[in-house]
Amino acid sequence: MTGPSRTSEVLEITTTAGVVQARQQVRVLAQQCRLSLVDQTKLITAASELARNTLVHGGGGTMTALLVEERARRGVRLSFADHGPGIADVDLALTDGWTSGTGMGLGLSGSKRLVDDFVLDTTPGEGTTVTITKWGR
Amino acid sequence: MTERVPILRIRQVLLVSIQTDLDDQDVLLLQDDLAQAVVDSGAHGVVIDITAVEIVDSFVGRMLATIASLSRLLDAQTVLVGMRPAVAITLVELGLSLGGVRTALTLDKGLRMLEDDRVERGSEGTAPDAVAHA
Ligand SMILES: Nc1ncnc2c1ncn2[C@@H]1O[C@H](COP(=O)(O)OP(=O)(O)OP(=O)(O)O)[C@@H](O)[C@H]1O
Ligand SMILES: [Mg+2]
Repeated sequence: MTGPSRTSEVLEITTTAGVVQARQQVRVLAQQCRLSLVDQTKLITAASELARNTLVHGGGGTMTALLVEERARRGVRLSFADHGPGIADVDLALTDGWTSGTGMGLGLSGSKRLVDDFVLDTTPGEGTTVTITKWGR
Repeated sequence: MTERVPILRIRQVLLVSIQTDLDDQDVLLLQDDLAQAVVDSGAHGVVIDITAVEIVDSFVGRMLATIASLSRLLDAQTVLVGMRPAVAITLVELGLSLGGVRTALTLDKGLRMLEDDRVERGSEGTAPDAVAHA
């Protein structure tokens, strides 16, 4: 490959099939980026969690995925965005085991551990965007 | 589109091998189908093969734990076989220990585990040489 792909792909996540598609798209990018098998697995798992949150808690939204390059390292960056209710208490939402529903409350906190960069941007009443990056070694 | 995972029966054991990337609805369907199959068949064991599964997230993890406790209530033991090392590493970091789920590295070992259980519990059937592979 010659340099990073700057074209980002946007995927709609409005059904459970969208969550499956998100996993598949991320797998392709993770392989293109030559992440190790363990890092691929971690990234796809984190993507699956965040895509499901976008669908279930955010009422649907999008995943924007791209390969990024910075200071001679390459990575995969994923951004999950929705216009749902937002998160009132971010610290609480990031606590292991805390859920507002019937989940296990591991999606947000767990996916944060699985990636290198994790940025949560949310405004109650407006929506939530979670952006994660996994860098190649 | 729903995708039903086939449930095979080999003597007193139900075998499920997950081969495709299931969506959340398919996962719930499998959970219900399995519970029903345990009751209908009177099987004493359930083996879930995840050799082909590339990721286990919190949703699938919860289904596996639920199947294990459900089948226990229905008098059957569940063994999870074939977990990939990368999946195990990721599960631990995600925070999912799957504490109540028994695992074996291979299908063969999983089946033996169930067989040994059966012998220990002194249940019916010809008890094969239980000591031979202890
Ligand atoms: N996109 C979102 N929009 C609004 N609220 C969200 C969003 N993502 C997460 N949350 C809130 O944060 C809580 C924690 O999320 P997390 O993914 O950790 O757990 P969960 O989805 O409830 O359970 P699971 O372990 O099954 O993922 C959720 O219960 C929900 O209240
Ligand atoms: Mg979640």
